[in-house]
Amino acid sequence: MKKIWELFKTFAKIGAFTFGGGYAMLSLLQREIVDKHKWATEEELLDYYAIAQCTPGVIAINTATFVGAKRAGIAGGICATLGVLLPSIVIITVIAAFINHFLEYEIVQHILGGIRVAVAVLIINSVITMSKKSVVDIICAAIAVVSFVLSLVFSVSPILIVIAAGALGLILRRGGAKS
Amino acid sequence: MILQTFAALAYEFFKTGLFSIGGGLATVPFLREMAVKYPWFSPDMLSDMIAVSESTPGPIGVNMATYAGFTAGYSAGGLPMGILGGVIATLSLAAPSIIIILLLSGVYQKFKSNPLVENAFYAVRPAVTGMIAAVAVTLIEAALLTDAFTPVISELMRLVSMKAVILFILLAAAMNIKPLKKLHPIIFIVFAGVCGAVFAM
Repeated sequence: MKKIWELFKTFAKIGAFTFGGGYAMLSLLQREIVDKHKWATEEELLDYYAIAQCTPGVIAINTATFVGAKRAGIAGGICATLGVLLPSIVIITVIAAFINHFLEYEIVQHILGGIRVAVAVLIINSVITMSKKSVVDIICAAIAVVSFVLSLVFSVSPILIVIAAGALGLILRRGGAKS
Repeated sequence: MILQTFAALAYEFFKTGLFSIGGGLATVPFLREMAVKYPWFSPDMLSDMIAVSESTPGPIGVNMATYAGFTAGYSAGGLPMGILGGVIATLSLAAPSIIIILLLSGVYQKFKSNPLVENAFYAVRPAVTGMIAAVAVTLIEAALLTDAFTPVISELMRLVSMKAVILFILLAAAMNIKPLKKLHPIIFIVFAGVCGAVFAM
């Protein structure tokens, strides 16, 4: 029971400070899930993101369910997800019900201007931390660079990139090389 | 009448959760379809809903579901129905994810030490890292550039928000020097929000 409450609380905190899509959650996940609670390793987090991207549903929800399920089974998955949903439900309801023209307040724009900068710096730091675990050799470095370019310049679907990379991994390491 | 609206909301958002793959903005086409099919909100309101969802705490896709559900419920029965509508839409959006991921999670835990799975993820991990780096680039653009974008170098200085650049460097430094880098990301986010308000960014 304590485990499940802990999951709910942690994911509510993460949901309340996620600005943007599921990727913006990454630095919060690294800090809370990997560093603080040790509910998953950095590698597992990367795997969750890979799977979350190729399966139906919003990435943030998929990742929350994944972490919760690993920690405390079905109840854990459900409660972690409810946790990440809660701040959205409360905040959006209040805004939709009581604050007309929310975005027309100048101060809101300024605060967001500042937050966007923090989110950008945080995600760069996350990428650096992640690359230490994921880019273990020159082949990985090449895969990372190619995926970066395909995604940024050519807007290739993440699903295609993940599937292609997975196939490449199977071919390159067939019959051996366990790490 | 109100029950019909709720049933339709639950059905539409379950469908959205089941068929939208990827980030939060993947749900937008489904919302557009709803705007046409139901009297809940107009396509015009949709752009406002997206903007608010991007600017408030919480994952974008989740925010949009709450917002759309609230608007639908509100138009059918006022504030209490709006609140209920938001909750129904959000839970319906999450339901397919929860079911699918719970199934997959068992499979993943069981097979993650399998050599074949390990070999596949060996290459998938750097690919995901590369993709997230690509997202980082778009976030940097959004954070540092002012609205109008023309790719002319002489114009570049005018386009870049100097205040944002200074804050960017400050935060980047803070996150990489010893005593400060242990601070929680939430502290950096709040600090940046305060800076934005104080310095009118």
